[in-house]
Amino acid sequence: MNNKLSPAARREENWGWIMVAPTIIGLIVLNLWPFVQTIYTSFCEHLGFGHYKFIGIGNFIRMFENAEFWRATWNTILFCILTVPVGLFLSLLVAMLLNAKIKFKGGFRTIFFLPMVCAPAAVTMVWRFIFNGEYGILNSIFGTEIGWITDPKFVMVSCAIVAIWSNIGYDAVLLLAGLQNIPKTLYEANSIDGAGKVKQFFTITLPMVSPTLFVVMIMRLMSAVKVYDLIYMMVEETNPAVTSVQSLMYLFYRSSFVAGERGYGSAIVIWTVLLIGMVTVIQFYGQKKWVNYDV
Amino acid sequence: MKNNSLESSQRRTMIITYAALIIGALIMVFPFIWMILTSFKTVAESNAVPPVIFPKAFRWENFKEAVTSLPFLKLYLNTALMILFRVICAVAFSSMAGYAFAMLEFRGKKLLFGIVLVQMSLPSQIFIIPQYQMVAKMGLANTIFALVFPGIVSAFGVFFLRQTYLGIPKEIGEAAYLDGCNQWQTFYKVMFPLTGTSVAALTIFTAVFAYSDLMWPLVVNSDLNMMTLSSGLATLRGQFSTNFPILMAGSLLAMLPMVILYLIFQRQFIEGIASTGGK
Repeated sequence: MNNKLSPAARREENWGWIMVAPTIIGLIVLNLWPFVQTIYTSFCEHLGFGHYKFIGIGNFIRMFENAEFWRATWNTILFCILTVPVGLFLSLLVAMLLNAKIKFKGGFRTIFFLPMVCAPAAVTMVWRFIFNGEYGILNSIFGTEIGWITDPKFVMVSCAIVAIWSNIGYDAVLLLAGLQNIPKTLYEANSIDGAGKVKQFFTITLPMVSPTLFVVMIMRLMSAVKVYDLIYMMVEETNPAVTSVQSLMYLFYRSSFVAGERGYGSAIVIWTVLLIGMVTVIQFYGQKKWVNYDV
Repeated sequence: MKNNSLESSQRRTMIITYAALIIGALIMVFPFIWMILTSFKTVAESNAVPPVIFPKAFRWENFKEAVTSLPFLKLYLNTALMILFRVICAVAFSSMAGYAFAMLEFRGKKLLFGIVLVQMSLPSQIFIIPQYQMVAKMGLANTIFALVFPGIVSAFGVFFLRQTYLGIPKEIGEAAYLDGCNQWQTFYKVMFPLTGTSVAALTIFTAVFAYSDLMWPLVVNSDLNMMTLSSGLATLRGQFSTNFPILMAGSLLAMLPMVILYLIFQRQFIEGIASTGGK
């Protein structure tokens, strides 16, 4: 086959290789090789200064016997459960409101989208203040004395609220694009039948927007499983409530870079990848039940 | 009569729509307004119960103090350079690879594109420890290079721009080729200029992502003078745990450049980030 290539096709092939070369070399050095190394490291003990000793499945045994690890796994799952459904519901609501014939549509969109361009490190700072148990305005408004980010019972909910607030505008913009693709004629035909707004939502809007909703949900789930920055900024390591909200990636960061146990940290990140894999598989089976691709 | 009731029900729907949007918008902007107001207060004002809404006088000293506790000029510069180099790399390498994967035939194409897809589906944290060790081994921790390092190639960028090139009719390239352009000239002079919208979207996406990223800069650059705005703020949080006016002033300074850019280029930001949807 090689010898049968015409000179032009040979030249095309050479250009193809040259043009993908920087990317492929970069991916091998920066990602593929590190990926293999992380898998290997998860079976090793870090002796310091980048030296490792092979210890078999020791890190995984230690991990599975560790209550803090299971708590972090549960926290991660809980964070997904608290943020994804509520976030999607509110985003869809905002998208539908923005899809109505209203004035200042662009202005509203700009406001809802704003958290997206603010670093989580910066916006969590003001949320820490709002939620502060002693001086926070939230307690003043409700007349409560709750330690929103220091009480283990509330800290997860507080972080979930910030996460939902941060992502609503972005998800709404994606869903709005999905809503705008629904042909208006569908609604017109339906309104002649005299169907109510609620019925219209379930018979037309929801099925028609379900493919977009599915994409947004997958994206949101993936980033929720990997959550780190928001929780790290909201709840510092010295906060007594940290174990009640610490996600897997937070534990990974602390194990690998604060405690320096990079073997153990690698095992945690491998576990997280497996978790992501499981979530993905479940989603792709689940979607057959509710996502409508017949449009 | 019937017409009238239809009109009034439509008006009711409109009122509810506006009311819901305005309440939502207020919830969205409240933290920002609270941040601005607090950044001008004295500590006593910010800690008062019941809360003081407006500061008695605008205390610019909070900003001065934030700037003296954190080397903000350095942080701006570090963040800007990190973004600049990451954007240049992402746009240049991803355009080349995206074009090749979409338009050219070469052996190993499927396998090589598979590597791109694998990288995209793995969380970036799985690469962090080895990436950090590479940077440390090269003796390049606490440099701009270290901040740029994981962003030298962008698998997402390749995937995204490949989609763009797939949307351009192949005939355009073939015509240029017949006119005597070689493959590189066809790409550089004819095809690349057609991808402006996507390149702008990738630029914005890369910039916002790099600007928000926290774990990598925290891990790789521990020297205060080599931090980014994000990792610098994490340090400020530890330094002034309950001095909220200074924390708010610092956060405001860190947010300001990106927010100003966003307000100028709203449409490009929103549509750009939305078109890169996912990731």
